[in-house]
Amino acid sequence: MKSVLQLKVAPAPSKYDFEARLRGGGVDVSPQAVDTLQVNITKLCNQVCRHCHVDASPSRTEMLSSEGMEKCLEILQRHPRIANLDITGGAPELHPAFDSFVERAVALGRHVMVRHNLTVQLDGHPGTGESKEYLPEFFARNRVEVISSLPYYQQYFTDAQRGSGVFQKSIEALRRLNAQGYGAEGSGLVLDLVYNPVGPYLPAAQAALEPDYKRELKAKFGLVFNRLYTITNMPINRFRLHLDKTGQYEAYMDKLLAAFNPAAAAGVMCRSLISVGHDGRIYDCDFNQMLELRARSAAGKPLSIFDFHFDEVLKRRIRFGDHCLGCTAGAGSSCGGAVA
Amino acid sequence: MSSYYESEDLKKFGEISRHGKALADDFFRYYGHVTNVDGALTKREKALIALAVSHAQKCPYCIDAYTTQCLETGASPEQMMEAVHVAAAMLAGITLVHSVQMQNRLDRLVL
Repeated sequence: MKSVLQLKVAPAPSKYDFEARLRGGGVDVSPQAVDTLQVNITKLCNQVCRHCHVDASPSRTEMLSSEGMEKCLEILQRHPRIANLDITGGAPELHPAFDSFVERAVALGRHVMVRHNLTVQLDGHPGTGESKEYLPEFFARNRVEVISSLPYYQQYFTDAQRGSGVFQKSIEALRRLNAQGYGAEGSGLVLDLVYNPVGPYLPAAQAALEPDYKRELKAKFGLVFNRLYTITNMPINRFRLHLDKTGQYEAYMDKLLAAFNPAAAAGVMCRSLISVGHDGRIYDCDFNQMLELRARSAAGKPLSIFDFHFDEVLKRRIRFGDHCLGCTAGAGSSCGGAVA
Repeated sequence: MSSYYESEDLKKFGEISRHGKALADDFFRYYGHVTNVDGALTKREKALIALAVSHAQKCPYCIDAYTTQCLETGASPEQMMEAVHVAAAMLAGITLVHSVQMQNRLDRLVL
């Protein structure tokens, strides 16, 4: 019988080795704090955006269990240093326990942010048809900070990325938020918008684009908002598929690599935030969550909300991948926009 | 079919320094200072001018590069198309204004 010689070949180092880039730039990216608990409570969404890193859609069923929500609330209660709860999805409002989750976190004195896609107000639940038109009043009553994607102040780019008809619905939803006082000076009701490129290119400068959004949305639709966040598209999941299908992956990664900015690397969000998945697992960010790159303690133990120790989380070693170049290109990118 | 213009060649722009580094360095420094910083004109305004010039000069490399640059500086498709119309109108005007020369010559030649 012939023997088979098995050769173990070490994988070639990636040209987009993020950690090598950090070392080259002399940047230390270790956790500094845990001031935000970002929880992805469902992948269910009424929209199917072409760039979505969550691959969210009306057919997704993943939901954070009631035990998971209890654990998150218990963690917030036990650790006042975690000042913010950032609720995301999918469309998080489609989780059946969304309202009580918000109300209980607010009752704990936490600042609550909701990644609200706007159209869910008008579309309602894609499965049951349950109306979500109460959301603007609900958000206002709980003084939730609303953060909403609007890829551009015009229809063309917005519908290209988020689906036909999304721009008009988003404008109507913004009107309803404005009617509750959102975005109005002195109201204390904060409405932030999120721009991200509609293709494989870097976002425009946040400070330059925000006045354009404010001017155009005010002039054309009478709308107001507080801040504009510019966010870079991450080369993962649905956007990665698009890059691969159109033969643009390498060019996009080259662009991110060439635009690596050590100052942006020093300000990445994983240094002050942790991300929780629908199964209670903890990740360094929502992108690592989608790649199932689970956060681990310094001793190598996978982290979970069901066995939560603050110091263990704070002293973890952040896990990186090629996709991290998206957060460090140019002015940088985070869930709160540019970082440098 | 091969083409004189290969989009991959845009990446080789830096290679113009191969046989004249000092001049290329001077050029790229100047080029970067003119096009890639906000000055009396914003980067977006400069990108729109460059897009118009790219069309007037029919440079496929520049059209690719400045379409991206326009998007990365937040320009709208309407602004980009209007910039191309400025180039087109200028080229039409430049052609037409030369008809004055033609008419001058005509006046000289015709009895």
